[in-house]
This record gives sequence, structure tokens and C-alpha cells, in this order.
Amino acid sequence: MDAFPTEIVRFELDGKTIEALPGESILQAAQRTGSEIPHLCYKAGYRPDGNCRACVVEIDGERVLAPSCCRNPKEGMQVNSQSERALHSQKMVVELLLSDMPEQGKSPYTQRSELDIWAEKLGVVQPRFAGRQQPVQDISHPAISVQLDACIQCTRCVRACREVQVNDVIGYANRGDHSTIVFDLNDPLGVSTCVACGECVQACPTGALMPSDNVGLEVSDKTVASSCPYCGVGCLLTYDVKDNRILRVEGREGPANKSRLCVKGRYGFDYVHHPDRLTQPQIRCEGVPKTVELLNPSDFDKVFRPASWEEALEVAASGLKRIRDEQGPQALAGFGCAKGSNEEAYLLQKLVRTGFGNNNIDHCTRLCHASSVVALLEGIGSGAVSNPFTDVEDAEVIMVVGSNTPVNHPVAATFFKNAAQAGKDLILIDPRRIDLARYASYSLQFNPDTDVALFNALMHTIVEEGLCNEEYLAKYTEGFDALKENLKDYSPEGMAKVCGIPAETLREVARRYATAKSSIIFWGMGVSQHIHGTDNARCLIALALMTGQIGRPGTGLHPLRGQNNVQGASDMGLIPMVFPDYKPVGDPTAKHFFEKLWGTTLDPNPGLTVVEITEEIHKRNIKGLYIMGENPAMSDPNLNHTREALARLEHFVIQDIFPTETAGFADVILPTSAFPEKTGTFTNTNRQVQLGRQALEPPGDSRQDWWIIQEMAKRLGLSWNYRGVPDVFEEIRKATPSMAGITWDRLEQDHSVTYPCENEGDPGDPVIFTDGFPTPSGRGKFVPAKFSQAAELPNEEFPYVFITGRQLEHWHTGSMTRRAGVLDAIEPLPIVSVNPSDLGQLGVDAGTTLTVQSRRGKLTAFARGDHGVPEGNVYMSFAYNEAAANLITTDRLDPFGKIPEFKFCAVKLSAGGDPAPRLV
Amino acid sequence: MLEETLILFRNIRNPDYDKSLKGYKKAGGLKALKQALEMQPDEIVQLTKDSGLRGRGGAGFPTGLKWSFMAKDTGKPTYLVCNADESEPGTCKDRELMLHDPHQFLEGMMISCLAIGCRHGYIYVRGEYWPSIKSLNAALQELYDDGILGKKLLGKGPKLDLTVHPGAGAYICGEETALLDSIEGKRGHPRVKPPFPAVSGFNACPTTVNNVETLTCLPFIVNEGAEAFKAFGPENNAGPHLISLSGHVNKPGVYEVRLDANLKDIIYDFGGGIPNGKQLKGVIPGGASSSVLTADEIDVTYSFDALAQAGTMMGSAAIMVFDEDTDVVKLLHRIVRFFSHESCGQCTPCREGTHWARMIIRDFLNGNGNEHKLKRLHRVGGNMMGTTVCALGDACGMPIQSFTTKFADEFRDVQALAA
Repeated sequence: MDAFPTEIVRFELDGKTIEALPGESILQAAQRTGSEIPHLCYKAGYRPDGNCRACVVEIDGERVLAPSCCRNPKEGMQVNSQSERALHSQKMVVELLLSDMPEQGKSPYTQRSELDIWAEKLGVVQPRFAGRQQPVQDISHPAISVQLDACIQCTRCVRACREVQVNDVIGYANRGDHSTIVFDLNDPLGVSTCVACGECVQACPTGALMPSDNVGLEVSDKTVASSCPYCGVGCLLTYDVKDNRILRVEGREGPANKSRLCVKGRYGFDYVHHPDRLTQPQIRCEGVPKTVELLNPSDFDKVFRPASWEEALEVAASGLKRIRDEQGPQALAGFGCAKGSNEEAYLLQKLVRTGFGNNNIDHCTRLCHASSVVALLEGIGSGAVSNPFTDVEDAEVIMVVGSNTPVNHPVAATFFKNAAQAGKDLILIDPRRIDLARYASYSLQFNPDTDVALFNALMHTIVEEGLCNEEYLAKYTEGFDALKENLKDYSPEGMAKVCGIPAETLREVARRYATAKSSIIFWGMGVSQHIHGTDNARCLIALALMTGQIGRPGTGLHPLRGQNNVQGASDMGLIPMVFPDYKPVGDPTAKHFFEKLWGTTLDPNPGLTVVEITEEIHKRNIKGLYIMGENPAMSDPNLNHTREALARLEHFVIQDIFPTETAGFADVILPTSAFPEKTGTFTNTNRQVQLGRQALEPPGDSRQDWWIIQEMAKRLGLSWNYRGVPDVFEEIRKATPSMAGITWDRLEQDHSVTYPCENEGDPGDPVIFTDGFPTPSGRGKFVPAKFSQAAELPNEEFPYVFITGRQLEHWHTGSMTRRAGVLDAIEPLPIVSVNPSDLGQLGVDAGTTLTVQSRRGKLTAFARGDHGVPEGNVYMSFAYNEAAANLITTDRLDPFGKIPEFKFCAVKLSAGGDPAPRLV
Repeated sequence: MLEETLILFRNIRNPDYDKSLKGYKKAGGLKALKQALEMQPDEIVQLTKDSGLRGRGGAGFPTGLKWSFMAKDTGKPTYLVCNADESEPGTCKDRELMLHDPHQFLEGMMISCLAIGCRHGYIYVRGEYWPSIKSLNAALQELYDDGILGKKLLGKGPKLDLTVHPGAGAYICGEETALLDSIEGKRGHPRVKPPFPAVSGFNACPTTVNNVETLTCLPFIVNEGAEAFKAFGPENNAGPHLISLSGHVNKPGVYEVRLDANLKDIIYDFGGGIPNGKQLKGVIPGGASSSVLTADEIDVTYSFDALAQAGTMMGSAAIMVFDEDTDVVKLLHRIVRFFSHESCGQCTPCREGTHWARMIIRDFLNGNGNEHKLKRLHRVGGNMMGTTVCALGDACGMPIQSFTTKFADEFRDVQALAA
């Protein structure tokens, strides 16, 4: 690509003078001004490659035709796209390509073949060249079918795979007319390293790559612009809907995804059509006891009976009311959910605070970033990210700590990889060697649990070598002396042995981070899910403050939020110690404000957190529980204990779309709507408030979550009268000053607005803390952290360290993804990842079973050899009810964030064992 | 009777010549390099411009002018890459230089590096030229051992390293931008231009790519001056030139000629005429990609401009002669098969066009030709020209167009024969 012009240039296209904006090619300028030039290998947003030659134009004074997609116009240039020579060339290209299509005609695989469109426009009907032998179809992959007889070698898929998503699976092999697309070393797609992001399918112009099962040939009734229900990246997407079913999903231009999606967002939607969907309210049959055992779905009808909404709501509400009135508000609690919308989260916390009369409301943020948020609130006065992850474009150094980004935030990871390809330094800090390591300048595989030692060693280096940003320290921070004092004991040389990273490497990384023009830190649950999770986060905050790597584009602190709306649910006050907008419940001003807004008196005492509530249920102090969407019978630590607690509840109401493992313990189940069946706002990890729009009607008699909560409220004696989601949003604007400037209309129009956005018309601030912090002193506070160890260290009996997390195809407890056909087909079995040398020592072959046992529980899963897992460690995702990883984990909590230590406990391993039956 | 000019071949034609560094020095070598070291880079560029030296790789672009296009003050290193991927069918002149007088070529390369401020030059040698690769590496070792290359050129100049990079058997990697991709460790695909290598070449830095013979001319130009070089040809066609003469001639081989020699004389004087008393039918004058000349057209000055005027080109100066018994349809099929096999497969007109051209010619060979197909073949050839990413499309299109025009009757004969 030639250097594009930086100012507007005027040039002549087919005798008409047009303007090209800076950065525009001839083709782009033509398109924008309404002229059509044929093109096949060009795709907006991709690097133009100029290989198809369908877009060639004649430029005065040039011997050869120029590809208009790659050519920048120059002032006064005379360009002709319609001259005899140009047209002849364009037509010949289309004809040559058409001659190799199956039956020499329209693509039989898609209705939207760009080749067919251009053939028709150019009047190329019957190619004059004979067809030739073409490759056979490859249907080895559950999500994507490959029919290279329709391939025109435009390499859009190659660029999609190598340059956009950077998965490096698709390649271009052989020469001349033998040229072909290959996966890895010419493997069938199904056995290749493809991660099924589907970017190639979205890029393919002719249907050579399509979603499997020929859905590309079905005509949709409508398309709906929405967002993705899975992770915190917040990709925007478009559904193609037919007969109230989602046919296919395409990425849509959004600030966080630039039209990209991952396997879950593209192929993970058929869960909404799964036969397990609840379609009618259910009431527990009289006299059916609650036991620790999970309910087998085949026994569902023996335990529950269908009921009308009227009856179910009455039973649900009266049970809660009775407990509240007889045993006091403190005997009730509620769990919200970070998958619900802002409106649902807002209503639920309001229900608990005003209906139950306490602050016992929490949600899964407690299990993911609670410690990060505590540290952030304490240090810099705000729990949200300082910069969007797309800021990696402006960063020189990108530090990723305790995050397997390509798995947990796949689309965010593509931007990291883009940045690494552009020459930025990627520094990984994680005990596991994750896939991103292929692109990293440094991959520090440190000893699990030694985070504070490692971070303090980095900071020690920065202080010792005089790399602090003194000006920033003086202007924007406080408490540095105490930190400095604390760091004295943490020289890299001293810590090298503790964390298993050579001192010189620690020093290099510290220097690189501190001295770069802009460095940004991302972290995931590898940081937060420890009993010293808050200390871990305090260290990262201190790193950014002491170097002044915050408050500018390309710098800052970004805890990658897990769920699609965990940011929003927290903003909405779905946490026990704060009202919406993080106003402490004990703060009289805040209390007064909300009492006025909600017209009631409020409990000034912070409520209990997730694991504390479980504990109180266990002690029979809390007797009634209301859950929207959460699945603690899978997601909470020490499951045997948790499930015991759930079984002890006197009255338990749950609203969900599936009979989850948790629902089996309920007294009333209220069937609700899945993500594509409702409209609401969702706030992603970048603080972008985005619209999810309803595309489907909920099945059977299932209802909208906001409606159910309102009905509960009414039956608990509250006079709510929201007419719909926008009504709730209006109230949120009043309750949350940082979102006050965002209007529903603007969301409808722009799809995405970044907060803080305090006044209508504000653009929204992607980068915050540009001039100090929202703390009482306006300064960021250093909080020293001392190295401490995990709650449960390995010993002779339990010699291995058990680390939990996620995997690409399965979301959290698997309730959605294990019911999604493609995702379940790719990863159908519970997997435990172990270093191959450990497997060898245990005498276990990969693919056979392995039993994991801790002091709390036991499970059997299938062993997978993974060189990225260090020796002495095992790794598992918690998505499988037949081998629930949380049976193993400890419920010991971080004292500040009250987050359990999911990332570390001691286990023993033994070969063999029988996996429990799968209950989905 | 034509005689060789013996400038570039001065040493090679000397049976007693010792091609080692010692021998090269004895024969007066490295004088020009010493002199160039005393000159400003701009002076060397100007001298080269004045000499009228045009690229010997095929395009005949003025070398000094090419050097002057190098982007200035970019803060990036600049590179000289020597294109020694001599792959154009019939061409074998660079091989002679690298095999038998490597130091003369390397001296030229060192001078050129000075001219464009290159501190690390690359020589991309055709993979099949293993003996040349060995010869060059041995010569480079001598230069390093002698302290000529390395931290200080000749012990007092700037740092200069030269590296030999063997190709891996793809014709397309002789195309300068595909060659750069290949050195970068990528698959050799020609790049879309602009930007040209002088702006963004090797590792996206300003780069000049020059042919072996082109660089080998430099020592003479520096030693003897621009005028002396210009004297070896008519205006705008300066210098001695190596030709590779092959096909139906009695004495095939590489010869050094003035650029005002007549093609016919080259064939009959150097080549010793057509074997077995046969008649000449045609000549491919500048490598497989040049337009064919019929027997009536060979009375032409063998220079860049005269050949262009005759509707063909000097290309890589590979003259291939064929006699009256030659089946031109088969000959064209062989040429097109070559280009079809060597097409990188990147862009449509070439990937598909070379394939279809080959298929249509095969129809003629199988007796399935007809007037329509002849026309279609001509059009497919035409459509490849000027529409592709690199010049391979033109290279395949030119012979197709010229053969189907000048020997159209023979295509019809094949058809008739089959009927």
C-alpha cells in the first residue's frame, strides 16, 4: 500500500471530479461518492491486497492498469473505470473465475455470492472456458463447511485468519492454477488448529467457507442488530432470523469488536432453541425433600409441577414475605446475575433493598473481580477500567497478567495480537504458558501464588534504578514513602527463587514497563481469585501510579471484565455494600438520596457477599433466597458445602431459562427470556453501554425478567409501575450520574455510548483519570502489599496445585454452551489439563480418565496433555456438572474482596476412575 | 566479423586468470573500489547516471536514476539487494560472472553499496546455482579475511556486510518484490506497486534491487569513466552487454557484445549459423517473455531501443533461435506451460489466464483447435498484459500474442492436420 494522502484530493473518475478523503483509495472514494467499481478481494476493514484485479482502472499516463483498491488518488489524476480496456479486464476476471464455479454458474452455497452479483452487473453470463477438476467438500468441522470448488483465491480468509484474528490457521499453498487455501499443513478443517472464530466465513465472498448445514441458503425473515451475550468484550452483532429461530450470526462494526466475533458469539446461539428451555412456571411438589444430590433432568417432572404465572408468583412472593415478616429482613437474600441487563440488575437490587429490606444482594462479580474492584476503589476511587482495551493501538508495552485472553476475551486478544504484530511489546505474566505467548516479547511463567513477590520485585527495580515518574508522583499520588519502605525487602535477586523468574528478566521487564512512552496493564482472574487477590491488584495499581503509566491513551489499568454485563451489574449496585454508582450504603448522603428516589427507608448496613450468604444459609440464619440467573450449585467454591446450604433453604425462588443445577433446589422456578429474546442495555469491559435488542419471541409462557421482578415487587407490597425497559433506563439515569447523559434514543441510534457521560450530548470519556482521581484528596493512593501464601499449600498427601478457569468453547457453568450444538460438539467432555511429564509419572495416557481429589471433594475427568501447564499443576474449567471443578476448590476468602481462592488449592491425582453421568 | 568487447569478460576470457582475490587484485581489481571510497555517494550516482548504464535484468531501467529514487532521510537503513535469481529461460550470463569472476561482480556490488549508503547487502542467488553460491561464498570469505568487508570497508570505509541468500526454485522470486518477500522469509509473492522498493522494500526500508551484470559494470565505469562506457553502443544504449545465445545455432554460449551489433550477425558470426544447413524460422530475442521475431525480422540492431522499435525487447538478452523444422505450437505450449507452472497464483488474470492459455494451446496440439479458440487464446494473452500484480502476466502474454499473430497459419495447419 502506497502512503495514503493526508489531505483531501480532487481527481477525475470517469469524467467526473470527485474528492477523496485522507486515507481513501480510488475504490473507497468511488464507493463513497456513489460510483461502482467491481471488486472481490477487497473487503472494508481489511488490508487491500489487489490480487483479484476485478477493480482495475485505467489511469492516464500509466501503461498498466491499476488496482483501484490499492491505489491512492493524486490531485488531478484522471481515472477511468469504464474505458474499454478497464471494462474488458474486469469482465475477463469475472469470467475466468466464474468458469471454475460449480456448474459454471451461481455459487450453490450462498445467496450472497459477490462473484454472482458482479457477474450479473457486468453481464457475464456463460463463461467460455471449460470447468476443471475441483476439490471435494470438507465437512469435518462442526461449525464451518469448506467447499473449495467455489473458492476464487481472493485470500480474504487468509487475511481474516492471519491479519485480523491472528490465528494463523489458513494458508495459501501451491502455485499457479494449483493455488489453494489450506488449513495448517493441508489438514481437514476439523482436525486443524482452527478456533472457529468464523472470521473467514464472514470474509468469504463466494460461499466457499460457510456455516455448516447449508444455513447460508436459507432466506431470513429479518435481521436484528444486537450484541453478544457471552464475555465482557461486548461485540456487536447481527442476527439473521427465520421463523423465530436464529439462522446465523455476523459480526457488526462496534467500538470493541470491529466486526469480529469468536466461536461462542458466532456459533453459540442455538442454546435458546434447546428443548430443555423452561416454558412454564414450576412449583416444587409437596413433600419432595431437598438433598445435596443434583436433580437428574429426567426426574424433573417428579419434583416439579407446572403452574400458572398467577399461582407461581403468589407462592414465590408469599414465601419470601412470610420469612421477612416472621423472621426479619436479615433472613432473606438475593443473587443477581452479570448476564442480565442493566435494567434487570437495577430492578433486582432495588427489589432486595426496598422489598426485602436489607442489602443482602450480590452476584458473580464476587467470584471474579471483587478483589480488583476493592483495590481500585481504595487506590484510585473508581472500580472501572481507565482505558478501553482497544488502546493497545497507542501502547508501546502491553502487560497481560493472569489472563488467558484468547480463551476468555477472544476478540480483545485479537487486538493484542494485532498490536504485537505491529511491533509492540507484549509481556505475559501467568503461571501457564498461554497461546498469546507466541506473540509475546516476554512470557513470565512464574510460580503460582507468588504474584505479590513478583510485582514487588518489579517495583523494587523501578525505585532502585530511578525509573519512577517523579513529576507524576508529586502531582497525583500519596503514600509513596510507605510503599518504598515496603519494597526494600523485595529485590529481584531475592525474589527470583520465590517466583521462579531470573532476576535479570524481572529487571528487564520492569525497565521496559517503566520507560516505555505508554504502557498498559490488563489483568484477569489469575490476579483476583486468590486470598491475596486484593494485594495482587494493589501492586498493579502501584506499578501504574509510580511510573505515571495512567491517564493517557495507551496507558492505564484494565481489569478485563468477565461477563457481558459484569461492569453494568456492579454499576447498578448489584453488590451488598454500595448503591448504584458505587455510593456506599453507609454514607448518609447516599442513603438519603436513594431513600428519596425510591420513596422508602433503607438499611444502612452493608449486606453479605455471595459466599457469606451461603455460609449464613448453612447456619440457617438466612432462610429465603431469590436468584435471577445465577448458578451457585456449579459456580461457587466447595460445592458440596454450597449445595448442602441450598438444600437447607426454607424458601427458594429462581428465575432462569433452563432447569440449572441450582434450579433443582428451588421451590419455585420462573421461566424467563434468553438474551436474544429481550431488549436491554449492557455495559462491557470498556465502559461502553450497548443495546441488546430482542430478535425472538420467548418460548411458551416464559416472560421477560424485568416483568417478573416487577410482579414480585408488587406482591411484596411495592407500587412499581414500569411500562418497559426504557422506563427503567430513565430511572437508572437519575440513580447513576455517570450515565445521566446517555439517552435511550441515543443508544437506539449509536448502539454504543461510553460512560462517564454526565450530560446529554457528551461524547463519553474512553480515557479517564487524565487529571487525578475521584478520591477525597484527588490523588491515587499507594497501598503496600506483603507477600503471603495461599490458604492451602500442597503437601505430601495433596502434592498438586489445582487451578480453575475457563475454556474457549464453554461459558462458566456450561448452562448455555453445553446446550449449544457446535460448542458442545467441539468440547463435549470434561477435560483436566496436566503437564505431559506429570501424566507420564502418573501413568496416565492423554484421553483416559484421571481422578482429582482435594480435602473437600473428588471428580473424574479426561486427561489432556498440555505443555503450557507447569509441572506440579493441574488446570480445569468449571463448566461440567459431571466433573464440577468447584467440588475441589476452597471457600477461603480474600479478607477485603471476599473473593474465594479459585486459583489455588492442593489436590492429589490418581489414574482412572469413572466420570459421573452428565446431567445436561 | 563481430568480435567480443571483453570488458566484463576481460578476465574470464583469459585462460590463465586466477579467480581468487589474489588473482583478481593481480589483474588490477579493487582499484575502482578504492577510488569509489574517495568519492561522495552522490558522485557515484551521478557517474552512473552519466554512463547511461541500464539494468541488465530485463527491464533496462537506467541504474543511476533508480538509485536516485531511494527515499532519503527516513531514519531507516537502506539496502542493496542483488538479484542473482537468473531464471528467465535461455538466460545464463550472470552464472558465468558469479562462477568465473566473482570478485569483479562483488567489487561492483561494494561500489554500489557506497553509492546508496547500504551497510548490509544481500545477494539472492537462484537455488539451482549451487556452484555459483559456493563460488560467491568463497569469494566473500576472502574479502572478510582480507579485511575488505566487515566493520570497515577496505579498513577505512563504512561498515559493509554482504550475505548470499539462496533461492528455493521459484521463477517468480526473480521478480524484485517477490524476491524481497522471499529474503524476508515469506512466500514469494510480488507486491502491489506502488510503493516501489526504493520507498519500501526489504523490511519496509528503502531498497534497490540490481542485477548481477548491472553491478559488474561498475568497476569499469569508475575506472574508465562514463564516456568510455557509453562508447560501447549507440545513444541511450550504453555499454557492453552479455548475451546468452542458444537454440538452433552451431556455437551456443554467452558472448559480450557492443550494443550496436546486428542480431543477424550475432546469430551467424558468434553462433556460427544454423546447424545442418537448415533455414532459420524465428528468434526469441530477449528471453522467453519477449515477442518472437520471424526470419524476416532479424536484421535489426541488438539494442534496447532498436528491439523495442521492432515490437519486441532485449529483456535479459537471451537469444533463442529456432529452425524451420520447429513446431511453433509446441514451442509456444512449452513457453506457456513454463509460465503457468511458475505463476505464483496470486492474481486472477495470471493464475487463471496462464492456465487457460495452456489448455487452449493443448487443444490445438490435440487437434481440437479452431478459429474461435485462436482468437480466444490471443485475447486471454492480451488480458494478462498490464493487468497483473507483476510482469509475469506480460511475460506470458507477449509470446502468446506474437506467436498467434505471426505464426497464425501454423496454428491453423495443426488444426487442418488434425481434421
